[in-house]
Amino acid sequence: MLSNFGIILLFFIIGILFVAAGLITAAIIRPHHPNPVKLSTYECGEEPIGIPWIKFNIRFYVIALVFLLFDVEVVFLFPWAVVFRQMSRIGNTIVWFAFIEMLVFVAVLLAGLAYVWVKGDLNWEKPKPYIPKLKDLIITKKG
Amino acid sequence: MGQHIITLYDWLAKLSNSDLIAVIVVAVLPLIFLVVYALVAILGELKISAFIQERLGPMRTGPWGIIQPVAEVVKLLQKEDITPEPANKTLFNLAPFLMFTAAYAGFAVIPFSSHFVPAGINLGLFYIFAIGSLAVIGIVMGGWASNNKYSLLGALRSVSQIVSYEIPAAIVILTVVVLANSMNLQVINEKQSGWFWNWFVFGGPGSAWKILVIPFTVVMMLLYLVASLAETNRTPFDIPEGESELVAGYHTEYSGMKFAMFFFAEYANMFIVAALVTILFFGGWNSPFGSFMSGPFWGVFWFIIKSFFFVFVQIWLRWTLPRLRVDQLMGVSWKFMVPIAFVCFFAVGIWVMFM
Repeated sequence: MLSNFGIILLFFIIGILFVAAGLITAAIIRPHHPNPVKLSTYECGEEPIGIPWIKFNIRFYVIALVFLLFDVEVVFLFPWAVVFRQMSRIGNTIVWFAFIEMLVFVAVLLAGLAYVWVKGDLNWEKPKPYIPKLKDLIITKKG
Repeated sequence: MGQHIITLYDWLAKLSNSDLIAVIVVAVLPLIFLVVYALVAILGELKISAFIQERLGPMRTGPWGIIQPVAEVVKLLQKEDITPEPANKTLFNLAPFLMFTAAYAGFAVIPFSSHFVPAGINLGLFYIFAIGSLAVIGIVMGGWASNNKYSLLGALRSVSQIVSYEIPAAIVILTVVVLANSMNLQVINEKQSGWFWNWFVFGGPGSAWKILVIPFTVVMMLLYLVASLAETNRTPFDIPEGESELVAGYHTEYSGMKFAMFFFAEYANMFIVAALVTILFFGGWNSPFGSFMSGPFWGVFWFIIKSFFFVFVQIWLRWTLPRLRVDQLMGVSWKFMVPIAFVCFFAVGIWVMFM
């Protein structure tokens, strides 16, 4: 008799077996005629220039950081959510403690979101560089 | 759960006198369902898109093209499998395994009926949420290991999008946990039993005062629907695989059966999010009409009908809406959905305290 988590492990194993079975069946049936052109990286028929493992946009990191913050917060809130109904009442009296505790916890993170928002890190557009205009370059005569 | 009901597992174990057979049947049944569902959904997608665009769709394979998906799987089976020379072979081959296994593992806690849930763990919602995030790793793995610029860009976009939309989705799930007091999907379903006004989209069971909370729960349902579209990379959030700019996104380099596995995983994820919408907001396997047409077998019927409806909604939206730009996408998530989700969360919290 397996426990519930044993069944979940079984699901993982069956998933892996299913993919393996599919790939092995395909490996038996399919043709295999590789050639250098076929094995090159696809780039719409052009010859690829350089490798793609390059530095990518910094904004992806910011999104990842903000996500991490919120995800950890949500994980901590799950146990709170399960017991909230029981904790918010003793008999018929409403107890605000649990709710206010959550508000304080969330407020700290919402302040973080507000900070990121104000700093403009949620805007995906590139900050526009200042392009000097002709009249900035002309030295005007004084007086 | 206090009461003990004869589940499919117990029934099978009694019938076959062997726990092993019961365990295997319980764990394989969702796989059979998934394969059949994927074929139906592929055909559905072809035919619905054809209907929306005033075409006929596939017509040649079988009557009205109904065996088209089978033909496509057979075709993909015999396609040559190309691993590009510069790719990182290990990660490249591992990605389809991870994608499909993560999607299939999500099925472990989905209650198909009052008497059939493969693993009724108390952490059900939390588990689905965690397993759903594994897909992100599969996408990064596949995209990065392909050593292709389109793949890398697609993977990065996909990850930033999934990650952004997970926050509103998580807060909505959290709110449902506050309403239901439990993370066990089976318990959440039982809480919504009775007529359809007991569903959480209509505020859950309660007095007439729940009219105050209905606007928030409806908004939550819509938020979750939108976020789940983004999490499965479906249009209007399919910039990771926007054909016009990125060829096929993170699975550009995949071919043959490995590509088919990515596809399977996508359809499996579509079903999981549709099933979650059904379970969280539309009563899961509960009949909408009280005890009329309810029971373990009708439960399967209602659950699958409701889930298929939401799969249909996803397909319908895909062929109706154009895709968003990257900046709009991030803006929608962080500047609208997260604040709205928090407002709903606070409102439902206060309502739960007073009710």
